[in-house]
Amino acid sequence: MNFNMQEALKTSLFETFYMVGFSLVISVIAGGILGLILYLTTSKLFFKNAIINQIFGVVVNILRSIPFIILLVLLLPVTKLIVGTTIGPKAVVVPLTVTAIAFYARLAQAAFAKVDNGVLEAAHACGAHPLKIIFSILIPEALFGLVNGITVTTISLIGYSAMAGTVGGGGLGDLAIRYGYQRYETEVMFVCVAILVVIVQLIQLIGDSTAKKVNKESE
Amino acid sequence: MIRFENVSVSFKQKKGNIHAVDNVSLSIGKGQIYGLVGASGAGKSTLLRTINLLERPTSGKVFVDGKLINGLKGEELRKHRRNIGMIFQHFNLASSKTVRQNVEFPLKAANVPKAQISKRVEELLELVGLSDKSEVYPSQLSGGQKQRVGIARALANNASILLCDEATSALDPETTTSILNLLAGINKKYGITIIIITHEIDVVKAICTEMAVMNAGRVVEQGKVIDIISNPQNPFTKNLISHSDNYNLPDYVVEQFGGDSIVRITYFGEEATNPVLSEAIRTFNVNISILHGKIDYISHSPVGTLIVSIKGDPKDVQNAIDYIKNKTLRVEVGVNEFQYAGGT
Repeated sequence: MNFNMQEALKTSLFETFYMVGFSLVISVIAGGILGLILYLTTSKLFFKNAIINQIFGVVVNILRSIPFIILLVLLLPVTKLIVGTTIGPKAVVVPLTVTAIAFYARLAQAAFAKVDNGVLEAAHACGAHPLKIIFSILIPEALFGLVNGITVTTISLIGYSAMAGTVGGGGLGDLAIRYGYQRYETEVMFVCVAILVVIVQLIQLIGDSTAKKVNKESE
Repeated sequence: MIRFENVSVSFKQKKGNIHAVDNVSLSIGKGQIYGLVGASGAGKSTLLRTINLLERPTSGKVFVDGKLINGLKGEELRKHRRNIGMIFQHFNLASSKTVRQNVEFPLKAANVPKAQISKRVEELLELVGLSDKSEVYPSQLSGGQKQRVGIARALANNASILLCDEATSALDPETTTSILNLLAGINKKYGITIIIITHEIDVVKAICTEMAVMNAGRVVEQGKVIDIISNPQNPFTKNLISHSDNYNLPDYVVEQFGGDSIVRITYFGEEATNPVLSEAIRTFNVNISILHGKIDYISHSPVGTLIVSIKGDPKDVQNAIDYIKNKTLRVEVGVNEFQYAGGT
C-alpha cells in the first residue's frame, strides 16, 4: 500500500462533511422557503395562486427529474461563476445544493400540507395576521415533518456526494471508487462503506430522536 | 346583533354549483344563546362561518352590530374577527403549543402588551377551570378539557360573539352538559351572544332561547325554542324533534288498547296544575288510561307529554278530546299520528 490510508480517510471524511454540511444548510433554508411557497400557493387558507404554484412546481420537477450526474456536468458554468472553480469539494457543493433544494422543497411542502387545516382556520378566526400564523402555528405544527425531511435529505446528500469524484470532488465515496474499485484495494472500499453505514445510522438516530422531541402530538 | 339579509353561499363544483346556503334571512339578538339546527349538510356551518368571513357570502348581506361586513379585508377583517370567538367540533388546538401558549396566541396576534397577556391568560384559565393545566400539551387533555381551552382561546380578546360549530358533538353526554353549563355561565356573566350549531336537538333544548331550523340550505322554521319544540310546524322540524324523543309504545300495548284510542297530549308546565284529565273523565263519562308520561325542560320551562288511551261512547270520546284540546297545547289522536310505523 503506497499511500497512507488513515490520512486519506481523514481527508475524505472531511470532504464529505464539507460538501454535505454546506449544501444541507443552504438547501434546508432555500428548500424550506420554496416548499412554503409551494404550500401557501395551494392553500385556500393562505395565498392560493395556481400560476405561481405552477411556475415553482415545474422548476422543482425539472430539477428533480435530471439525474444528479448529469446535473453535475450541466451546472459546470454556473459552478464556475459562483465558486470560481469546477473541481474539488467546493465545486460539488453547487450541484449538490441545487438538487437538495428541489428535494427538500417537496418534503417541506408535504410537511406543511399535513398540518390540520382546522388549526389554521382557528388561527384565522382569532384575527391573526397570515405571517403570524405561518411563523407561530404553521411552522411549529409542521416541525416534525420538517425535521424528518432534513434527515432524509442529509442521507440522500451523502449518497449523491459519492458521485463527486466525477469532478474531482473527493469524499468517502470517491475514495472508495478510486482506490477500492479502480485500484483493486478492496479493503479501502470496505472501510469507506463501513464508515458511510455508521454515519447514516447516526444521522437517522439523531434525526429520529430530534423529531420525537419536537412532536407533542402523542405524548 | 347579527342580521342575515338574503344570504346565499354557493360552491363551484365539477357537477355544477352547490347552494350550501340558499337565501337566508335571519336576525339574532344581542346576548342571546341562539341555536341553529339541521341535519349534516344543511348549510348551518357555512352560514355560521359567514359571520367571521371564514366563508364569504356569494350574495346577500351580513350585518354585525349594524355594520355590513361582507367586504371586510386585511386589518379591518382581522379586527372584526378578534371580536368574534369560535370553537370547533375537533377543538383545533395547536398540538405544538401548551395550553398557556394556545390561549396566548390570539392575544399576541392582537398585539396585546406582554405584561397584560400573562394576567389575562390566568383569568381565562381560571374561568374555564384549567388553571392547573397551563403547561400541559393538548395531547394530554381529555376532550372536555380541550374544548375548555378552545373556549378560553375564543374569549381571549373579550369577544362579544361566540360561534360554536358542533362544539359538543365529539363529547360524551356528561361532558357535553358541563361544557353547555360553562357556555350558559359565560353568556350570563359577560352578556356574550352565543350561536350554537348542532344536529343534537337536546343541546338546543338545554340552553338556547331562540332557534332556527335549517334544511337544504334554507331556514325552514325560526322562533322561540319552546314554541318550536312544543309545537313544530315544518315536517322537517317535526322529524328532527321526534328523533330526539321518539318514545314508541310497545306493540302489545298498542294492540291491547287499539291504536285509534291512543292520544298524545302536549302541554306547558303551567297547564299541568289544571286537572284536565280528571275533569274530562267526570264530565264526559270516558275511561282514560295513562300509558306514558314525561316532562321536558326547554329553556327552563317545563313541557309535558302524556300518552293516554281514551275509551267510551264514540261521541263522549270526541267531546273529551275536544275538551282536552282546548285546555292544552296540542292533542294528536291515533297512534299513527305521532309514532312512526315500524317502531323504534
